[in-house]
Amino acid sequence: MTPSRKERQGRLASRAVQATFLIVLIVLWYLATTRWRVSPLLLPNPVTVLHDFWDILRTGEFIGDLRVTLTELAAAFAIAATSGVTVGYLISRSQYRIRVFEPLFAGIYSIPIILFLPLYVLFFGLGPASKIALGATISFFPIALNTIAGFGYVDKTFVVAARSMGASDYQLFRHVLMPAALPIILSGMRIGFTVALLSIIGSETIASLAGLGHRIVHLAEGMEIARMFAYIVFVVAIAMILNTCVSVLEARGKRF
Amino acid sequence: MASTAMALRRAMRRPWVARVAVIALLFCLWEIAARWFVDPMFLSPPSRVFMSLPAVFETRGVPAALRLTFWELAVAFALSVVIGLVVGLAVGLQPFARKSFMPIILLLYGTPQVTILPLFILYFGIGPASKIAFGVSHGFFPIIVVIVAGVQNIKPILLTSARSMGASRWQVLRHVIFPHMIPSFFAGMRLGMTGVLLGVLLAELYVSTAGIGHFTTLFTQNFDPTRLLGLISVLAAMAIVLNEIVRRAEVHFGRWHAD
Repeated sequence: MTPSRKERQGRLASRAVQATFLIVLIVLWYLATTRWRVSPLLLPNPVTVLHDFWDILRTGEFIGDLRVTLTELAAAFAIAATSGVTVGYLISRSQYRIRVFEPLFAGIYSIPIILFLPLYVLFFGLGPASKIALGATISFFPIALNTIAGFGYVDKTFVVAARSMGASDYQLFRHVLMPAALPIILSGMRIGFTVALLSIIGSETIASLAGLGHRIVHLAEGMEIARMFAYIVFVVAIAMILNTCVSVLEARGKRF
Repeated sequence: MASTAMALRRAMRRPWVARVAVIALLFCLWEIAARWFVDPMFLSPPSRVFMSLPAVFETRGVPAALRLTFWELAVAFALSVVIGLVVGLAVGLQPFARKSFMPIILLLYGTPQVTILPLFILYFGIGPASKIAFGVSHGFFPIIVVIVAGVQNIKPILLTSARSMGASRWQVLRHVIFPHMIPSFFAGMRLGMTGVLLGVLLAELYVSTAGIGHFTTLFTQNFDPTRLLGLISVLAAMAIVLNEIVRRAEVHFGRWHAD
């Protein structure tokens, strides 16, 4: 179905509004720093920020911090995904266990777990271990909850039908439970990934020795505000790229 | 003996009894671990944490810090709801505005805001203002998104019929849109509360002069896990109570609307 002419015009108009909004924002930013003399300590000139941004990319000084953050993220997510899916699957095998554990997990998930960061720092130190542990804890809950929801609420008719046609345990899992649960588990993993990224950058910001969050704080404390802006742009771009990748993977996995 | 065993088994059949048992078991494990296996510099048993709660409240400045943090949460939440409602309605009621601005809002909502936490400190100082601002920045996006979705989901036939019966703009807003928005409004409040809690506590932990963040840092640096755990428990209890209030409100008003 091709969009009608009116629809296409409407979409074009929305894009125009979005572009205008962005341009006005940048022009205001530029004018604020040049014409209205806002202190560069509060708002650096966008041209300087752009220059610093290219400098960061060109010299590759971000690689060390990026590697630390990505390693922490990968470790935290791997732990959370394996334990979340395993625990979730084991709980989902009985209605009784679901009713015992699901409200418990949901309750814990609604507490801002970042509160426990001081404890994690006390146990695991300022290094990557405390970030991995916190990120894994925070992202465990959405993954486990979605795994329970995925496996626990498969339509009974399908299970009974497969059984009555003589499906083995493995066949039941492979052809009935897995296809029904996979989309929900993948959504849980995407949410888990996002919150893990968020909590790792957050805990790096609050207490750490290395990583992208630490770098931003370090620059803020050194009053190198233009470079800090450039790093913020960099981290936001990285986060968006990662989130987009995960969403694409999720969509592909669901189709499969 | 047999009858008590049977009574126990019957009680365990109820999910909430088993749930309480699981929680009690976890506390027992924690108690055992802390008493005999872990260095007391790092972990205290829950019994000692519980007994130390009065001492936590007697620590100079802690009651004031808790009050301050609660006040920050309340102000940030109120501001988030007002901003979220106004922006959500402004963007949601106009199809053109929705198509133009929703992508921008979703894009901003999707960026990790912790990266700009140092900026909030730079602009708003290290006092309560930066915590409130950061809490608002986490709280109002989900409210906007949910409100816009709520407005969008109103059946067009209701709007058309109201208009065809000669309802004015205000009357449509008052009698059709508002009543239909109530469930999504409360769903938004719940998500907003989660966001505000996260934002305010993050900012508190990052840097604080008088709020609870100051004391968590102090207790951590003094290797005083008893009081640290006590303070964290009080805060977790506060978060649970606040979450529960908005969740109850959501359930209550969500049902009221059911047609």
